[in-house]
Amino acid sequence: MTVNGSAKEHEVEPRLLLVHYLREVVGLTGTNIGCDTSSCGACTVLLDGESVKSCTLLAAQADGADITTIEGLASGDQMHPMQEAFREKHALQCGYCTPGMVMAAVSLLKEHPNPTEAEVREGLEGNLCRCTGYHNIVQAVLYAASPGSVPERNAGSVPERNLGVSA
Amino acid sequence: MSILGHEVRRLEDPAMLTRGGCYVGDIPMPGALWAAFVRSPLAHARIVRIDTSAASAAPGIAGVYTGQDLGCPEHPAVFPHLKPEWMHQPVLAHDQVRYVGEIVAVVVSEDRAAAADAAELVEVDYEPLPVITNVEESVTDQVLIFDEAPGNVIATVEAGPGASFEECAVIVRQRMVNQRQSGAPIEPRAAIAAWDGERLTQWASCQGAHPNREFLARAHGLDVSDVRVIIPDVGGGFGSKGRLFREEVTIGLLARRLGRPVRWTATRVEDMLCLPHGRAQVHEVTIGGTRDGRITAYQLEVIQDCGAFVLFAPILINSTGRMTTGVYDIPNVGYRGRATLTNTAPTSAFRGAGRPEAAAAVERAVDMFAAEIEMDPVEVRRRNMVPAFDNGYTTGVGTIYDTGDYERALDLVVEAVGYESLRQEQARRRTEGSTRLIGIGLATYVEVTGGAPGGEYGSVELLRDGRVRAVSGSTPTGQGHRTAWSMLVAAGTGVALEEVEVIHGDTDRVPASGVTGGSRSTQAAGSSLFVATEKLVDMAREEVSRMLEASVEDIVLDVQRGAFHVVGAPARSVTWAEVAAAAPEPLQAVSDFVPASSTFPFGAHAAVVEVDIETGRVALLRMVAVDDAGRILNPMLAHGQVHGGLCCGIGQALFEEVVFDEDGNPLTTTFADYGIPSAAEVPSFELVDCETPTFMNPLGAKGIGESGSIGSTPAIQNAVVDAIAHLGVRHIDLPLTPERVWRSIHTAALR
Repeated sequence: MTVNGSAKEHEVEPRLLLVHYLREVVGLTGTNIGCDTSSCGACTVLLDGESVKSCTLLAAQADGADITTIEGLASGDQMHPMQEAFREKHALQCGYCTPGMVMAAVSLLKEHPNPTEAEVREGLEGNLCRCTGYHNIVQAVLYAASPGSVPERNAGSVPERNLGVSA
Repeated sequence: MSILGHEVRRLEDPAMLTRGGCYVGDIPMPGALWAAFVRSPLAHARIVRIDTSAASAAPGIAGVYTGQDLGCPEHPAVFPHLKPEWMHQPVLAHDQVRYVGEIVAVVVSEDRAAAADAAELVEVDYEPLPVITNVEESVTDQVLIFDEAPGNVIATVEAGPGASFEECAVIVRQRMVNQRQSGAPIEPRAAIAAWDGERLTQWASCQGAHPNREFLARAHGLDVSDVRVIIPDVGGGFGSKGRLFREEVTIGLLARRLGRPVRWTATRVEDMLCLPHGRAQVHEVTIGGTRDGRITAYQLEVIQDCGAFVLFAPILINSTGRMTTGVYDIPNVGYRGRATLTNTAPTSAFRGAGRPEAAAAVERAVDMFAAEIEMDPVEVRRRNMVPAFDNGYTTGVGTIYDTGDYERALDLVVEAVGYESLRQEQARRRTEGSTRLIGIGLATYVEVTGGAPGGEYGSVELLRDGRVRAVSGSTPTGQGHRTAWSMLVAAGTGVALEEVEVIHGDTDRVPASGVTGGSRSTQAAGSSLFVATEKLVDMAREEVSRMLEASVEDIVLDVQRGAFHVVGAPARSVTWAEVAAAAPEPLQAVSDFVPASSTFPFGAHAAVVEVDIETGRVALLRMVAVDDAGRILNPMLAHGQVHGGLCCGIGQALFEEVVFDEDGNPLTTTFADYGIPSAAEVPSFELVDCETPTFMNPLGAKGIGESGSIGSTPAIQNAVVDAIAHLGVRHIDLPLTPERVWRSIHTAALR
């Protein structure tokens, strides 16, 4: 398979999961493992451009695929717009869910280039974060989609929103 | 203009976003063996026999060990004075197991999968014993977890004179469950142990290097100088990673015996089983007062589920007791908390650790009192709040709050949420016969955070190249310490943010440290670095006075330029790099700051919910939060802390509960059974800032890490009950699942 643009070829055990292959065989530890039930999404990577939880896939099933992990997202020193947005909007704290969350968000915008807040929330449902409460993650994805549409962060401001009860 | 108080983007992020953080599981350790644990499937049983022969014979196995094989080591008590002397807490259970998940054997292999496979081959014969998991039954003595503890009660805390209800016109009583929650950091626990001769190095995913080192030294019978603990990036802690785990002791024993590093990374199931749970209290609340809304008596009785061993439960009931009366002026008050043993995993701190429980009890009680006298809950709060104070207030249970302005927080949240128009909308839907009803719930809270007793180590050193190194005892689990500490040093010295190097989480590089808990980092560790930075500037001024041959009193630092000059003569300036080059010895300043006491952040949270009365489903529409943590260094980081806290509080209100069946089998061992909120289940949050400084530290800062989880839970609970109160519902226990809400509606209809 191709991982972040470079060809990889290994003989692997049939039961080896893609996430373990990436972490332990290829040595790319940016992709994390947070659960045993494909619930948390920390291991999300792009497979042929689409997000997959790399714990749901055997390494052998990814034979011939093009895999992108968090390490392969930036172009040299230039962060991907989603990485920039996560920094700009303080969308990460401990950083553990972040690689998976960023990959899921990249895939989300590929499918829905201009999502609503509700679409972003639904789209990221499979990626759990315990630190951020998702507020700033959602802001970051909206910002990456359309930087002008999201108000600048500003101390003390009440975020603009339209979840009023009469809606 | 100082950068303090501004939204400085995090210095941590570029690395975390482009190659991921470096967590314990990411650290390469050539030659390391993997440990896999064999755990008890029974909640209470005698161990009759352990047969390790099949596991030992499995391919690639370096060893299989029981507690007996390892000499029946004891796990060091977190607080030795709180653990009864007769209570043995074996690292590996060797004669009896007392909860599902307790370690009974360990398998070591070069290959992680082979170790896990062989662990399945260890045969253990158990003789089952009667099980108790319910705290209210536990105190009745039916089953003893330890024969030495009658009634299973291992700690009792009392506070206040004890409430008298004789003169109350209105009395409301309610039993309330503050359910067991899992900290559930997304990074499961992980550790590596490696010996170099007689010196142990451990890499730990924990919240404090020196406490971890001290426990390890005790466990291995070593001097602390022979143990080094290194904390790399930590993927969340929330209190649950605050203390040393038995697995961490075990891998050290194995590494010593086998002469090779040993590592372990928990599965999520292992974390759901054994990562200490939090909350786990049952409350008996009695509140009394007058018909015109004056609360005159309040009694809180707490039974705390300790789990099968003593970790932290005595501290939890102490914290709950200290905060019994919350923001209210109720001198006629009583508190009793008892911690009792059950056949469940031990409990410990989780985001708030005793304070959310106190707030939940009193905030529900106030709402129930308001409902009983048919007065608006905002008005009842107003009539009973402690008036604003800036120099201490002593509560009915003897806790001394520092500063507070509770009514201001209440005013802000009532305005921000649009309380009156929401009441109109609520009435409209009820009148129209809608099946989707609106509820508005408030919680006004005060909590205790901080640095006391003792401060946190902080030193600032001028490096030879003019950069500044800050060494802090406080280690992060995601809060953004590097950014915050760099800001403090940069603001005090004028050195660029990027020129500040921050060191933490390594006992060989930091002289002392505490546990990052109790929302103490900024006020304790931040204040230390602030004080140390001031001292360093003074030391540099001495040096500059020699260089410029001027009196030290005349030397000033221009923070904008990061350079010194003689007052009134800025043309000739000396940079930090020049000071560094000229100083005969490197300049280093160590803080001597020790906080006098704890600080008491406060706030008001408002929740707006929509309850579908046909299904019992609750949708949280809005969450408005006013959190006053004194002076804020970086609003972006502070807001992030509030967001995370709110989400944990929402989880407790609506979704999360660690459940055991009556045989002690845990029913919530994966993220499929135990639902922490996802992005789809929470709204965007509306925060309103409020800053009432404290006089307890030079920054004027209080803690912000836990407050979000303290007000949000009772605010949501109050909102849900408020939505359906007209149907006869008085109270619903946490978490407010559709089933519970639906049953409450139907039970009320039958009355």
